[in-house]
Amino acid sequence: MKSTLLLGTRKGLIAYRFNNGEWSAENTSFEGIPVSIAYADERTGTWWACQDHGHWGVKLHRSADRGKTWEEITAPAYPKGAELKDGAPATTRYIWAMAHGGKQYPQRLWIGTDPGGLFISEDGGNSFELVESLWNHPTRKEGWFGGGRDQPGIHSIVVDPRDENHVHIAISCAGVFETFDAGKTWAIRNKGMKAEFLPNPDAETGYDPHILVAAPSSHDILWQQNHCGIYRSPDAGKNWTEISENGGPAYFGFAIAVAEDNADQAWVAPASSDVTRTAIKGSLCICRTDDGGKTWQEQRNGLPQQNCFDIVYRHCLASSGDAVAFGTTTGNLFFSPDRGENWQTLNNYLPMVYSVQFAD
Amino acid sequence: MPTIKFTYALKRFFPELKAIPAAGKTFPEIFTELDQQYPGISSYILDEQGSLRKHVNIFIDGKMIADRKALSDAFTSGSEIYIMQALSGG
Repeated sequence: MKSTLLLGTRKGLIAYRFNNGEWSAENTSFEGIPVSIAYADERTGTWWACQDHGHWGVKLHRSADRGKTWEEITAPAYPKGAELKDGAPATTRYIWAMAHGGKQYPQRLWIGTDPGGLFISEDGGNSFELVESLWNHPTRKEGWFGGGRDQPGIHSIVVDPRDENHVHIAISCAGVFETFDAGKTWAIRNKGMKAEFLPNPDAETGYDPHILVAAPSSHDILWQQNHCGIYRSPDAGKNWTEISENGGPAYFGFAIAVAEDNADQAWVAPASSDVTRTAIKGSLCICRTDDGGKTWQEQRNGLPQQNCFDIVYRHCLASSGDAVAFGTTTGNLFFSPDRGENWQTLNNYLPMVYSVQFAD
Repeated sequence: MPTIKFTYALKRFFPELKAIPAAGKTFPEIFTELDQQYPGISSYILDEQGSLRKHVNIFIDGKMIADRKALSDAFTSGSEIYIMQALSGG
């Protein structure tokens, strides 16, 4: 298990460190400022704080010393003339995803934003450029729309460690896109997904994958928690199969995590429905599958089972070795040392949690 | 020369910030000057397309500007220009 938990929250970046068998708070930065994504680049140990100031716009900061000091970097910005739709100027409204570009490209970083722009840096994050090929994709203006946020947003960036120019992204609402050339060209990968909310359920785009992840041990196996169920792909997104639990809680939710050492084992954090978006019947559970989604087991030991309203946002469930952790909308942080069999409460009094990552 | 004043909230990010006179005759000129003195400050007040951020206001001699998009409101050499944030949040 990695020994740091890095949290983005509504009131700042918070880091926990595991020492002598216990988690304790190591760092709080940007107190009072919403941090949409707190991200540690595993290649360098650099921490990134993607900020969403209510007043002053989206900001980006990085730290080379575990949050002791921070440096502000110019945040991704849309070029002059970029438009959401005809006549509506595009600006960076939110940073919703961050990923490093892999070992072969040590200076490369990716950022996904609301309103739907993907940005790339080739200089370690000193500057970011809009990926024009995706922004100019013929489906964007008419076939993408807001889901979770007012405008379309890129919340998932999955870089293939075998070929780091091979990247999947996921957009709410548009769906899954794949590139083999670091963003020069894109293919849509929505085959097999449902979009019950669309007038045309077989549309090319408009799907709502809440989060997309790859199995670390077998990168062609992709998983997603979608607005319309849970899906798995055995072939890098070419075909999706729904693996929701028939009649059980594992259906609606936002987050998913896949075991590092087992491409068939994953966790989801079910919520009651897209109407109420609360814990199911007031009780919190994580569901785990050990067989690629054929069956699911409920994991409740140590989690609140009454008067509970927590849900888990899309970046807030993470695994590392045998450890699993998640943060909730009502500021609870839970940790399991044994793949979800038992849960410990690390904090009941955090701000709303936006992101959770295990880091070194 | 107009005087530019700022909300105290910006001092968190620009600790040396204080009211300053500006030579510019338009808002774009003024923001260029401000960025020279406080690098990056215009990105806190304007978005990348040059429009006033949604929860920021600018007053000229006590009157809120009308053109939030292009910032074309006129001011004089004796004007006081006040940059403030909306009192929102929680």
